[in-house]
Amino acid sequence: MSSTSPSGRTRKERMALPRVEPREHDATERAASFCEVDLGLDWEGAQLEADRCLQCVRPRCIEGCPVGIRIDEFLGKVAEGDIDGAAQIIFDDSSLPAVCGRVCPQESQCEATCVLAKKDKPIAIGQLERYVADAARAHAPPAQRVTPDPDGGSAAIVGSGPAGLACAADLAQAGHDVTVYEALHDLGGVLAYGIPQFRLPRDVLRAEINRLAELGVRFETNAPIGQAEGVDDLLAEHDAVFLGVGAGVPRFLNVPGEDLVGVSSANEFLTRVNLMEAHRPDADTPLPQVAGRRVLVFGGGNTAIDAVRTALRLGAAEATICYRRSEEQMPARVEEIRHAREEGAQFALLTNPVELLDDGTGALAGARLQRMELVEPDDGGRARPKPIPGSEHEVPADLAVVAVGNEPNPLLRRAAPDLERTSRGTIAVDEETGATSKPRVYAGGDIVTGGATVILAMGAGRRAAASMDREIRAAKSGAA
Amino acid sequence: MFPVREAQTLAPDVVRLVVEAPRVARYQHPGQFVIVRVREGGERIPLTIAGADAEAGTITLIIQAVGLTTRLLCALQPGQAILDVTGPLGAPSEVGYEGRVAVVAGGVGSAIAYPRAAALARAGNELVTILGARTADLLTLEDELASVSASLRVVTDDGSRGRRGLVTDVLADDVEAAAAGIAPLDLVLTAGPVPMMGAVADVTRPHGIPTVASLNPLMVDGTGMCGGCRVQVAGATAFACVDGPEFDAHQVDFALLHRRNQAYRDQERAAAEAAQAAAEAAQAEAEADDGCAATQPQPRPTLREAR
Repeated sequence: MSSTSPSGRTRKERMALPRVEPREHDATERAASFCEVDLGLDWEGAQLEADRCLQCVRPRCIEGCPVGIRIDEFLGKVAEGDIDGAAQIIFDDSSLPAVCGRVCPQESQCEATCVLAKKDKPIAIGQLERYVADAARAHAPPAQRVTPDPDGGSAAIVGSGPAGLACAADLAQAGHDVTVYEALHDLGGVLAYGIPQFRLPRDVLRAEINRLAELGVRFETNAPIGQAEGVDDLLAEHDAVFLGVGAGVPRFLNVPGEDLVGVSSANEFLTRVNLMEAHRPDADTPLPQVAGRRVLVFGGGNTAIDAVRTALRLGAAEATICYRRSEEQMPARVEEIRHAREEGAQFALLTNPVELLDDGTGALAGARLQRMELVEPDDGGRARPKPIPGSEHEVPADLAVVAVGNEPNPLLRRAAPDLERTSRGTIAVDEETGATSKPRVYAGGDIVTGGATVILAMGAGRRAAASMDREIRAAKSGAA
Repeated sequence: MFPVREAQTLAPDVVRLVVEAPRVARYQHPGQFVIVRVREGGERIPLTIAGADAEAGTITLIIQAVGLTTRLLCALQPGQAILDVTGPLGAPSEVGYEGRVAVVAGGVGSAIAYPRAAALARAGNELVTILGARTADLLTLEDELASVSASLRVVTDDGSRGRRGLVTDVLADDVEAAAAGIAPLDLVLTAGPVPMMGAVADVTRPHGIPTVASLNPLMVDGTGMCGGCRVQVAGATAFACVDGPEFDAHQVDFALLHRRNQAYRDQERAAAEAAQAAAEAAQAEAEADDGCAATQPQPRPTLREAR
């Protein structure tokens, strides 16, 4: 461990430095705009922040990263001023660093295990990952097309979300011929239809996907596997198949009135805005009128927060999160909850809908809610909400957005009827390899875990890619 | 891009397109649909696959111009193309031998009913078809349906062709005949306006005649992801895009479907009217800065500057 860094600061001096916080788009201005909220670090800030890294002999941060990025090494390169070197190190383990730097929950991963977290100021690893990816992209030449490996094979990836993209990237890097099949007209899966542009600008996503195309990955849009060809058809043309088809169909509340006009799933609401850009004057896709309206969002995850912040940007008079537990139990990232509050979102915590109310014409008029109290933790360890008798009350609302999770898509049964599934309907896989019960077929991401994070899906895609690479090569050498 | 091979006007505001879509043509089955997007910034709308030629790699779509997107589709000419065609989507129809089958279609519902009707005819069923429209000009696919049917009865609201009245008037006669043991009715297949399908279900329900309706709710992705197409069937939520589009008509809440289909009526009317203005705005938008310059990555300084 060196006692001084490239900056010449001693270890003691570096430990005394404050954590560099990113610039943020002003809360009142941004609440009316889809421009990115977090403006990232500038060069001085990035270098200063990287210099705070103590370059631990056994870096704990790496253990916290689901894809095992060599964080200490890339931070060292940033501190030296070598952005290209830093980018190279990140790209060894992550194909989407500009995305992950923005959407990973670093506070519960790499930054949680950073040794400086004990002093409450872990290195801003996510911000630095993002900085390196953005800066490298701004001036980098196109990625080199990987030379096909004569001992390689052909792989089909179903779904162009984070799991599929990570899997495709690793297989392409290894010299395999990779085709990604996407049902929608645009690439990125949940990164395109789910995550709003104020968290992940579309050009950032497109640039990272373009880089994969430069490596040699082929992309086929408008290709709904399971509806058109099934997995067996893909196996006839490819040596291995990866299923990264995402979380599936939205769950609803199971309360009366949830089919009223004005009630939608978060998937639908966000897809209309993110993928279809229905809020733009030149878009043909209709969107319910949000401006001046009262919006209720049910749920406490990142999707609920994305929906409430989107509603505010569309001019909602009031936008309220209804969550049946309290704020500490919200699955959403702390930073997202803070951003939402700064932008004017309201929080009706410990409340649960019992009915959505009809205005007499089949459209939403409001909701009947009940208050909840928390009792002893359930199996998941989270406090369990219990209704408080006599606490029912009505609130007016013009729109309701339901963000309470997803269930496996029935399409999957058609894609591969013979795949073994769990009791929850997700695909059963070997956790180490991503292998399913069907030979040559692998799976990862939300279709295996249920709704989780982008980076966990990417980790699963990478593990499957490693096993697919081994299996394809073993089959080729066995056949030779 | 999906090139248009043929375009033919079938009736006022009703157009038949033959479109190159090899993947759809190869894998489609009767009862399935595609989602199309006409242009950049376009919406995704579902259209029944009215026919397919796997060898030629083409599918047939029949479109009635009602909103902005359908108007754009109806204006397409051979040599032009549709930006995106995704499919096949939806569960294929169950086509088996049922016996004597009434096909009840209204308006361009005939385009939805025809592929399954043809498949039922091939499976040996006797088709007694009832085709309705507001007026004679709007009768669609009459010859095609006649070619697969043992009998075809035409009904118009205004009496300009065939019997004056509603398709359910004719169906009620068939149901009565079946109840009297004169001519059996083993299955009713219906496609068309939602109130019509609801009325068909009401006619057959008391007699327990199996009735299948092909539903047409609003959709966005068409793969089960958004839940916008949810319908109530037998008191439970179903997603028309993956669980349907065909359902047991006796179990469908048609009133709810009708109401939900009108969710964007005002916007759609405004959109169709403002199409020209929107095109100009799009031009201006494309030329203008997006105002998000602050989010662009900071240019990396040279190493000399950095140190």
